[in-house]
Amino acid sequence: MNGAVFLAVYLRDLRLAWRRRTEALLPVAFFLVAASLFPLGVGPDPQVLKLIAPGVVWVCALLAAMLSMPPLYAADHADGSLEQLLLARDAGLAVAAAKAAGHWTISGAPLVVGAPLLGLLLGLPSEELPVLFVSLLLGTPILSLLGGVGAALTLGLRSAGMLIVLIVLPLAIPALIFGAGAAAAVDAGQSASPHLSLLGALLIACLLGAPPATAAALRIAVE
Amino acid sequence: MSGPTSILTRPCLRHRPDRPMNSSPLNGLPAATTASPSPLPSLRLLDVACRRGDRLLFSGLNETLASGELLWLRGDNGRGKTSLLRLVAGLAAPERGQILWGDAPTRRNERFAGELVYIAHANALKDDLTATESLAFLARVHGRDAGAPAIRAALARLGLAGRERTPARSLSQGLRRRVALARLALETTPALWVLDEPFDALDVAGTATLHALLAAHRARGGSVLLTSHHLHLDVAAASAGFRVLDLDLLPRDAGALA
Repeated sequence: MNGAVFLAVYLRDLRLAWRRRTEALLPVAFFLVAASLFPLGVGPDPQVLKLIAPGVVWVCALLAAMLSMPPLYAADHADGSLEQLLLARDAGLAVAAAKAAGHWTISGAPLVVGAPLLGLLLGLPSEELPVLFVSLLLGTPILSLLGGVGAALTLGLRSAGMLIVLIVLPLAIPALIFGAGAAAAVDAGQSASPHLSLLGALLIACLLGAPPATAAALRIAVE
Repeated sequence: MSGPTSILTRPCLRHRPDRPMNSSPLNGLPAATTASPSPLPSLRLLDVACRRGDRLLFSGLNETLASGELLWLRGDNGRGKTSLLRLVAGLAAPERGQILWGDAPTRRNERFAGELVYIAHANALKDDLTATESLAFLARVHGRDAGAPAIRAALARLGLAGRERTPARSLSQGLRRRVALARLALETTPALWVLDEPFDALDVAGTATLHALLAAHRARGGSVLLTSHHLHLDVAAASAGFRVLDLDLLPRDAGALA
């Protein structure tokens, strides 16, 4: 992997996001708004809210991550940058990894920070908040990596946004189960560590598998 | 090859001193005299065919582009000029035949990646980045570790002095093209330049600068493959010693039957 390309692309994506700060905040705004709809929808019963809180936070984080996926490669594809990036020496993996890392920093990390806040809003007990935080800390990079594969596969297609969601959501089910399950386990008086360990294992598998798959999909897309 | 003589009266010829002194329309030999540690390999196209969708654009293309040469790719719209450039750059695979850099294929070729400068029709600029940032980014990605002074000098060479900090979104089409072409002004070593309509949107001064860059590049042993349709006479004038590859003369469908 070409480290210089990784760093250049990562820093450029951060800079671009900084130039369009409001746009970068939209997924977080969606996350907060969507999750705060649940008390209105299912009623303000604290017991019910407490029960569904981890799942609600996780599902909303999942959807927020997917919504921010379509422009990940589409913008670079449209203006010719992607071709240039892929022509650089040994660049495919570096581009895929840098894009996923950039997406996580811009869209994933704010979700992690916002999640405990939403947990409080939904009445989650304070001992479950750190678990929710850690589960999202491990889980959101998985979403960025899987989303990158989806974004690369649907590059240049119309209605790519919907297709990304349809491709990635089934793949993200294990992360959702273990992520939301971690907080639920604490609620049931059990340890959260098995869930978090499995989530960590999933993250490692995605770190190893997703960038090569993304790079291959990108090469096909520019051909 | 009647082009070079028929345009001797064109005003752009005042830029001729920029061209290499020892190149002539008849020899395709490198104009370089400086000894390079590893000479630039030749680009060799062997019986190349290109398919786009279910159409065979051309077939049976054999061509060699040696160090110091300029090959001007001609052909009507839709004959596959851009497709051929993309094949050469390694972005796509040919339907048939081989594209070699020296003796190795151009695709997935580390050495070739380091010696190729491909400037496509799209300028690869980000609207929110300034001219300096865009150029520095492209240079870094392609392993040309140019410092800030070099970036500034390259932009100035293309007439962008004073616009270094302008976001690309506020630049006109011609100025954006100049930012993309400023990559060429950063080059110091022999390389293969693959340029898709580089003269597009350039004014007279920009065209002259590009001619000078092309001449200097060939003088140090670099080779050029370019397409151009509307300023072909200027290309001819500034690039004596160029050769023409006319895709219209290649069989279009014979290969499909063979």
